[in-house]
Amino acid sequence: MRYLAILCMISLLACNQREGGIIIAGSTSIQLFIEKVAEYYMEKHPEIQINVQGGGSTAGVQATYNKICDIGISSRNLKEHEKRLTTILIAVDGIAVIIHKNNRVNNLSTEDIRSIFSGKIENWQDLGGRDEKIIPVTREEGSGTRGSFEDMIMGEAEISDACLVQDSNGAVREIIATTPQGIGYISVGLVDEREKAVAINGVLPTLENIASRKYRFSRPFLFLLLTEPQGNVRKFIDYVLSKEGQDILKKDGLIPATEIYND
Amino acid sequence: MTFRIGPRTNQIIAYSILLLMTLITVIVLFFIIGYVFKNGIGQLSLEFLTDKTREMGKEGGIFPSILGTFFVTIFAVVIATPLGVGSAVYLVEYTRGGLIHRIISFGADCLAGVPSIIYGLFGFIFFVITLNLGWSIISGGLTLAVMIIPTIIRTTEEAIKAVPHSFREISYSLGGGKLDTILKVVLPTSLPGILTGVILGIGRAVGETAAVIFTAGSSLGIPTSAFSSTRTLAVHFYILAREGISMPKAYATATVLIIIILLVNFIAYRLMHRFMERYY
Amino acid sequence: MKDKIAEKLLLFIAFSAILSLLLITFFIFQQGIPLIFKVGLGNFFSTHWAPTRGHFGILSMIIGSLMVTAGALVVGIPFGLACAIFLAEFSSPVVQKTLKPIIELLAGIPSVVYGFIGIVILVPFIREHFGGPGFSVLAASIILGIMILPTIVSISYDALVAVPNTYREGSYAVGATKWQTVRMLLMPAARSGIVAGIILGMGRAIGETMAVIMIAGNALKIPHSMLDSVRTLTSTLALELGYATGDHRAALFACGSFLFLIIILLNIIAIKITGRK
Repeated sequence: MRYLAILCMISLLACNQREGGIIIAGSTSIQLFIEKVAEYYMEKHPEIQINVQGGGSTAGVQATYNKICDIGISSRNLKEHEKRLTTILIAVDGIAVIIHKNNRVNNLSTEDIRSIFSGKIENWQDLGGRDEKIIPVTREEGSGTRGSFEDMIMGEAEISDACLVQDSNGAVREIIATTPQGIGYISVGLVDEREKAVAINGVLPTLENIASRKYRFSRPFLFLLLTEPQGNVRKFIDYVLSKEGQDILKKDGLIPATEIYND
Repeated sequence: MTFRIGPRTNQIIAYSILLLMTLITVIVLFFIIGYVFKNGIGQLSLEFLTDKTREMGKEGGIFPSILGTFFVTIFAVVIATPLGVGSAVYLVEYTRGGLIHRIISFGADCLAGVPSIIYGLFGFIFFVITLNLGWSIISGGLTLAVMIIPTIIRTTEEAIKAVPHSFREISYSLGGGKLDTILKVVLPTSLPGILTGVILGIGRAVGETAAVIFTAGSSLGIPTSAFSSTRTLAVHFYILAREGISMPKAYATATVLIIIILLVNFIAYRLMHRFMERYY
Repeated sequence: MKDKIAEKLLLFIAFSAILSLLLITFFIFQQGIPLIFKVGLGNFFSTHWAPTRGHFGILSMIIGSLMVTAGALVVGIPFGLACAIFLAEFSSPVVQKTLKPIIELLAGIPSVVYGFIGIVILVPFIREHFGGPGFSVLAASIILGIMILPTIVSISYDALVAVPNTYREGSYAVGATKWQTVRMLLMPAARSGIVAGIILGMGRAIGETMAVIMIAGNALKIPHSMLDSVRTLTSTLALELGYATGDHRAALFACGSFLFLIIILLNIIAIKITGRK
């Protein structure tokens, strides 16, 4: 009997709570950045609870469809069958191909990268590096980062079964930072001094190069919505797109949506 | 002439090897705990335990996770214990030894051995999506409850079975009914054993990651209701460590997690001891 | 009268609990089994897992799980039995009382901590001294072996201790040493218990997810050596659960069903061996 009472009380509390909360789910790439923006937002509006989940871009699309989140986040463009959702661009992020700090290689062509990840090239020696077997690391299939990587660099070639698989950018970065023979791809915004981003076709992934499209490998960070945003959700989206919100994203290495040079 | 090692020498060799291997095992254990503690103790402070989590875990404390772990675990235990104990009591006292009893015991054994990720799979599809409970303490708690019910059924079963028949017979001969006997004789006697099972279930729930990350989610805020998503200590540690967000904080979180589990196991062990000492 | 109500109430409780457990079992199989027939046994047991493109072959992952479990047993059984024998037969009661709970403590450490230690210490060590990416069958085997140690120790210890002292006394009486007694008399006598413990350990190793995801590398290719990366059934579930839909999701449930069946099988074997009711 007592248990029932406790459960009822909790449910009552819960009913009130559900109104003021925003649930955001999807891309692990975007999750980190949005958590930070949400932190700032909640400082100013303590009555709003923002919960950010990961799971990957495809999971975000699913979650939005299934209505278990208010805003989905995706780090790749939507596929044909997903186009029912509304998208709002909040930032642009480059994809950097990273290798260990001590790796002699500094520049790779798109063809090189494709060959590495499809298993055609297996030794760093063939690219000007040491005589060591390459250890490529990729993201899981549902990852937006992987989706964008496959679209922009792999093209028709398939990522080999022999690649290590990790389920977030951070995990990939950790492996590359500590594995001399490793190569992987992560958000430009996440690259730190423990690993090195290669120039692709001679172009380094600096923020200017990405914004000016000289570095062509960038993908959109999107908010996904099933319906027209209302109330608290609308207010949060406005905040993210405001100068303050965009500045936070910029500080973290993203290109704010408001600063994209349109082609 | 063949050279043979005598049985005495054989024994000395065997003893040395066994001792060595046991020592290696113990050293490995202490090394693991020691390594985590050494790197984590430095970060521990009252502030760390009571502060909000900031900068995705790079700054601040782990208070939200402590709360979240607490709520999810309590929720799971509150649901699993009556269901588990009640079922065990029914099985032992009312269907003793029958076919149904054996089938259910077998089922409970199997489910106790099912990988936790499968509970996560079930919880995610059923609680989070189908029942639309979302990523929440409720989803996490229900999933964990279902996960530990089989364990509680089995340990309670063993505890109740261990109560000597004579106890029940004395109760009946004094005029007690079945319910009375159960409530006043069987249950109190087997209580330490039952509690041990529950507490071990708690220990398992606290350290659980796979089942929780897909059902309670990974939100960093302080949970404000049963429908809030939360990041338990184990999940928080997993994320910090994997993403390389902050190694010191990761070690500190792991230290807190291990300390809690050590405490829980210690209590369970003492209870088990009292239970054993009473009857053996 | 009270008794009748109590009995009905308890029946209801037991029923609810059993119902919830049945629900899971049914749910998993009902979602998963149809897919196996839909795509055909040939597809399901092939080695190509590319679910977004219609390939649902779980064979490479089954092999992965088996390799890693076998490795865990190679590590866990010798050390586990050694500890059990040492504690049960070669140490004083004081040592037993202190060491046994300490070893059982190993069981309480969360799997993510094991995985972490694996990443930080074991993986670099293997990469530098043995080659390969470090994220390997070897790393997973060692960590899993440590994780299933307490199970094997606990159950084997109980099995040895349960052998009546008359066995020992009789053996000493004819002049056998302790070790001879253990080797030729006690271990065979405790065999069923020990094997049950090993089977339980096997179940735990097959079902481990977090530690394996962190240190096995998760590459889909069937490993050619202990130093290659490997993907287990449980890892695939965890990696793809968040975003799988339709057939892909059903395929994951099919994997889950498969794992479930393995556990049931192991439990049946354990019961047959110990002859327990």
